[in-house]
Amino acid sequence: MLGYSPPPMIDESTVRHVARLARLRLSPEEEQVMQQELSGILGHIDAITSMDLDGVPPTTHVIALENVLRADVPRDSLPREEALREAPDVVDDSFGVPRMD
Amino acid sequence: MSDFEPVIGVEIHVQLSTHTKMFCGCALSFGDPPNTHTCPVCLAHPGVLPVVNEEAVRRAILIGLALGCEIAPRSIFHRKNYFYPDLPKAYQVSQFDIPICGRGEFVAVRDDGSEIRVGITRAHLEEDAAKLTHLGGRRAGAEESVVDFNRGGTPLVEIVTEPDLRSASDAVTFLRQLRQTLLFLGVSDCSMEEGSMRADANVSIRPVGSHGFGTKTELKNMNSFRFLERGIEAEITRQEGILRDGGRVSQETVHYEPETGHITSLRSKEESHDYRYFPEPDLVPVAPDPGWVGELRGELPELPLALRRRMVGEMGLTAEDAEVLTESPELVAYFMDAAALADPKACANWIRGELRAQLREVGTEPWESRVSPAHIAALVDLLGAGTVSVPAAKEVLAGMIETGEQPDAVVEAKGLAQMDESDLAAVIDALVEANPDQAQQLRDGKDKVIGFFVGQAMKQTNGRADPQAVQRLVRAAVLGD
Amino acid sequence: MALRDLTAAQQLAALAAGETTSLELVDAHLAAVDADPVQAFLAVDADGARARAREIDALPERPPLGGVPIAIKDALSTRDIVTTSGSRMLEGFRPVYTATCVDRLEAAGAIVLGKTNMDEFAMGSSTENSAYQNTLNPWDHERVPGGSSGGSAASVAERQVPWSLGSDTGGSIRQPASLCGIVGMKPTYGAISRYGLIAFASSLDQVGPFARTVEDAALLLRHMVGRDPMDSTSLDWPGEITVPTATDLAGVRVGVVDELMGEGVEPGVRAAVEASLGVMEDLGATVVPVSLPSALSGLATYYVIAPAECSSNLARFDGIRYGHPIPADNLLDQYELTRGELFGPEVKRRIMLGTFALASGYYDQYYGRAQRLRTLIVREFAEAFSGVDLLASPTSPTVAFPLGDRTADPYAMYMADVCTIPVSLAGLPAISLPCGLADGLPVGLQLAGPAFSENRLLDAAHAVEGALAFDTRPPGLMT
Ligand SMILES: [Zn+2]
Repeated sequence: MLGYSPPPMIDESTVRHVARLARLRLSPEEEQVMQQELSGILGHIDAITSMDLDGVPPTTHVIALENVLRADVPRDSLPREEALREAPDVVDDSFGVPRMD
Repeated sequence: MSDFEPVIGVEIHVQLSTHTKMFCGCALSFGDPPNTHTCPVCLAHPGVLPVVNEEAVRRAILIGLALGCEIAPRSIFHRKNYFYPDLPKAYQVSQFDIPICGRGEFVAVRDDGSEIRVGITRAHLEEDAAKLTHLGGRRAGAEESVVDFNRGGTPLVEIVTEPDLRSASDAVTFLRQLRQTLLFLGVSDCSMEEGSMRADANVSIRPVGSHGFGTKTELKNMNSFRFLERGIEAEITRQEGILRDGGRVSQETVHYEPETGHITSLRSKEESHDYRYFPEPDLVPVAPDPGWVGELRGELPELPLALRRRMVGEMGLTAEDAEVLTESPELVAYFMDAAALADPKACANWIRGELRAQLREVGTEPWESRVSPAHIAALVDLLGAGTVSVPAAKEVLAGMIETGEQPDAVVEAKGLAQMDESDLAAVIDALVEANPDQAQQLRDGKDKVIGFFVGQAMKQTNGRADPQAVQRLVRAAVLGD
Repeated sequence: MALRDLTAAQQLAALAAGETTSLELVDAHLAAVDADPVQAFLAVDADGARARAREIDALPERPPLGGVPIAIKDALSTRDIVTTSGSRMLEGFRPVYTATCVDRLEAAGAIVLGKTNMDEFAMGSSTENSAYQNTLNPWDHERVPGGSSGGSAASVAERQVPWSLGSDTGGSIRQPASLCGIVGMKPTYGAISRYGLIAFASSLDQVGPFARTVEDAALLLRHMVGRDPMDSTSLDWPGEITVPTATDLAGVRVGVVDELMGEGVEPGVRAAVEASLGVMEDLGATVVPVSLPSALSGLATYYVIAPAECSSNLARFDGIRYGHPIPADNLLDQYELTRGELFGPEVKRRIMLGTFALASGYYDQYYGRAQRLRTLIVREFAEAFSGVDLLASPTSPTVAFPLGDRTADPYAMYMADVCTIPVSLAGLPAISLPCGLADGLPVGLQLAGPAFSENRLLDAAHAVEGALAFDTRPPGLMT
């Protein structure tokens, strides 16, 4: 499509920053597509950033529940074989993790 | 004399010693085989949800009350998002802008009796991470670390102070006394070595007389008070050096290496943290009923500072007595039980002195021994009535430790009752006669020799003599006083 | 009449009368599940189902759900039965526990035949975001069944099971029910435990039933509602879900949401919905227009809140405790490669969107504002329900669209949920029931009510269902 296209709502470096925060490795092509798509979606969403919401409190929960507490009574834990059974890498009865640096 | 003044605030993480984890029913454990205390919830399997442990809330409120904090009428949990292998959900359920305990104040007392007043910014509930162990090349291949989720999800209270501390030693005094308070509350084991109490310090310096704040660094992962004190001192020195050289302190996390005394930066190459806090949709607010908070206030034990003041002010103890006896809640209870039955000062002397000394030999504590506080009170009474001498009382104590019997029974069994004066006079007369040289020395004014007679008399009477009576009778026999 | 043509209630009656056995029912349905012409199933537990059927047939007394088969959306954790949530991230994953709602249904005698296809992690409106397969609409195999619970909806329309479970975050039960010509219900937020529902957006997710009749939906719902100690946001449902019997709507005030009947609603859909509103009036209802001014900004609100929550909920998929990491020699690479590789495009898009909306510097502008807009929407519904008993609208602005039609345009796909999302944001119950055909494809009528008005909704839907007499059998379906 030729002609005017609106400036992207989100720039490349922001896409990369957000992808890093979310631990998503995106290929350069994916980054580009993501930038366009997110910009498009944000373009639609952006309407909410201009609405008058002064004095309107946020809704975190739609239910009016409070103080849902659990008695401090132990329940059975999983047998270790079950805790580890889906683990891709078991080392010393623990979950293996690659080098961290 | 330094031109700079340190400004220090601390953040303390306290593991609560509840039966179960913060958000699931797994039992808390220490030292059990790895991954034997886990469930779908604390392993963050797909589809699980957290449920708040009521006892953890109760203990957080107790801590808040002990620190003089406002208890929030309604507090909520937030998610703190970051990726780390010891954090199975990749977010920590914590509290953000509405913590359960708001502002408070804690008063610590220095050795010289002066006060350190420390503002408490907040205290909030959260969950602990799991245990990540670095194998350090022990295993070939890519795996370098392993995770044990037994500890993951342990309830934590994080206490944050205002930057009110002005020296490393004040910081440590504050932390020791805070720890003591938490122990009295019975909310945590507070073991720095085992990690059930962990302290980070925010350190900055500023020119003396200035009221602004310098750039602060965060000193992390201190596992003993000693290292913490040294670490803060080292960091203050480092910052002073930077400023004197015209440099700038950069905001970063630093680590103190006890072996070398060096401060190292933990600054990572990664992106700056952006925890993307948002209200935890899986949990509903905690709104402690004011009646409940009132009940908990009533349940608060007498805390160390108040106790020490009462011991000195009302019970006639020295500041040092009070300090020693408030070392642990168990010791306080033991002393208080004894002091209710006999002279408090004498009870204090015997408990902190001879009782603990003798028990140390057998490796036990007063409240775990066969000697009850009532036994101590009875012993103090026997001494007061002159029934036993001080040396004999020490033997009685040994007997009580061994047999668990009442002191009068031990006195009876061992024949430790003080001799009456006429029997003692006969023993002294015989002693003077048998030791003419020493008697002559006494007549010549060598007063020290009296000790010889006391020693001999105690030996011959198996300690049943009153040393003061011995002295008096020896003088009478030799000098005719 | 073939066993597969019986509704669940009819199957229960046949069991009670001794005319069939649970094993017969299970076998009859398993045959259809095995053939699976609409590719609704991701996993089938034939042996387990038959074993359970034999057990139940041997009981001295049949449990309330008698041994009638059911299909479960793959977003619900089922112990030892592979549960993937439609994602490669969980390929082959065998859970160690079962979701509370499934537990309750099994305890009541339902028999799980298998797990149904879905958009990956419930993100989508066509089931095309499944990492495994497309599910076909039983009414037209060239078209989508809707989503995200497309497999569960298609399996019921295809008569592979009389009923099934889905989950609904912004419309994921109601919209596929609409597109497949069956009944689907999203209960009040908190009515059914979410424990074991693989979370997409925690403050919106709810489990609910699909069935071919309102009565069956009520029966299933009845055995799932109620507080669960494992879900802090679950509630005691006040009273009991009753089997609906109403045949008229005398005295019922129905509000028609202006904003959801306008532009974007296909003419055929509008015509079918308007016709059913006429039927409602004939049944004695008063139909009045109602305005929900913030309803249309619901979509934008939703596409901030849901991705934000999903970005956090899906962070646990790191390939350490379960899953199949892409091996790398350091942790950061492993995290990024695994998540970059194993999440599909829509999931990545939403994680990115949500991470962005929560990121420092953007939170107030996006997440903070979305939560406040949510308050406005909650208030507008409350106000509307002060004047009417029910709100009516199309469930979906369109009938089932062709496979591949919207995959290139994320926001066009998002529009599929424009009518269902406001109700989700307010946490209210809503039911979709088939109300007619447009171009030979089913149209759904959405009825929404105040919190815990499930019985009212079921009764009204039952009355409309009776009057419309919609034939849920897709043309050409062989049984
Ligand atoms: Zn657990």
